[in-house]
Amino acid sequence: MMSIAELMQLVTHVGIHHFLLLSAVLFAIGLFGLLTKKGLIPLLMCVELMLNAVNINLVAFNHYMPVPDYSGQLMAIFSVAVAASEIAVGVALAFRIYRDRGTVNVDELKELKG
Amino acid sequence: MEEALSQLHGFVAWGLALAEEYGIPSLIEAGLFFLFAGLALSFACGVIFFRNVVHSALSLTATFICVACLYIFIGADFMGAVQILVYSGAVAVLIVMAIMLTRRDDMSHSNPSRGLFRHAGAIVVSGLFFLSMAAVALLSPFKPTRPILGDAAPGLADLMLTHYVLPFEVAAILLLIAMIGAIVLAKGADER
Repeated sequence: MMSIAELMQLVTHVGIHHFLLLSAVLFAIGLFGLLTKKGLIPLLMCVELMLNAVNINLVAFNHYMPVPDYSGQLMAIFSVAVAASEIAVGVALAFRIYRDRGTVNVDELKELKG
Repeated sequence: MEEALSQLHGFVAWGLALAEEYGIPSLIEAGLFFLFAGLALSFACGVIFFRNVVHSALSLTATFICVACLYIFIGADFMGAVQILVYSGAVAVLIVMAIMLTRRDDMSHSNPSRGLFRHAGAIVVSGLFFLSMAAVALLSPFKPTRPILGDAAPGLADLMLTHYVLPFEVAAILLLIAMIGAIVLAKGADER
């Protein structure tokens, strides 16, 4: 069993585990919001939170693992580009749905052919 | 008085010995990390639990800025700049615009949630996800090292224009398609 001093040593020595746990918590918060929110815009926000958690993972692995180049950060930048296009299309869809149906509550969007 | 002074002296000596034992730079590093991580997580909780969706958007922007601070904390300055420009700049503005365009009535209860049953299910699912991720993260035998990589921006530019040139072009085409698609969706293809 680990002593308190060793545990403190582990906790205060910031390494890759801290970032992995942080991104896991952030992803879990985003997932929770994705499953419980009703509005279309809050759902988009939760998706952005989850994408951010994934980016933290990529950048942390690039910093703490023995890699020869910046591939991890580059992948995070591609992920940022995909997230930006995703949010643009999502916002346009939300605007369109609101104009056609008059609501952005996902529970009320049940008809396939409005 | 003498008693109190000696007590204080003992306390300071204890603190100094503790700092000596763990290393002051490591303690400052850990303090900064936990400050930004705690702020990011509490703002992320704010995104979910605020009743007003505008407050949620503000909280989301604060989360993005805290994550950018974490990027700069681990030496990824360029990623931090990209995060601030794209996420807390463009994405935040887009989300606030979307909120403005899709709502006319009162804002005070504009972020509704589902019922208690759904909440319990969501807690179970996200908790299981977190537990599995935490188990993987804590049980994997990582051998952490600090590779010397040089400046981030030149390294990224070299990679982007040599080895990853095809994904770079695909990302450019994706952004173009997303822009055209967003305009067509928002305007309506059948309207003049």
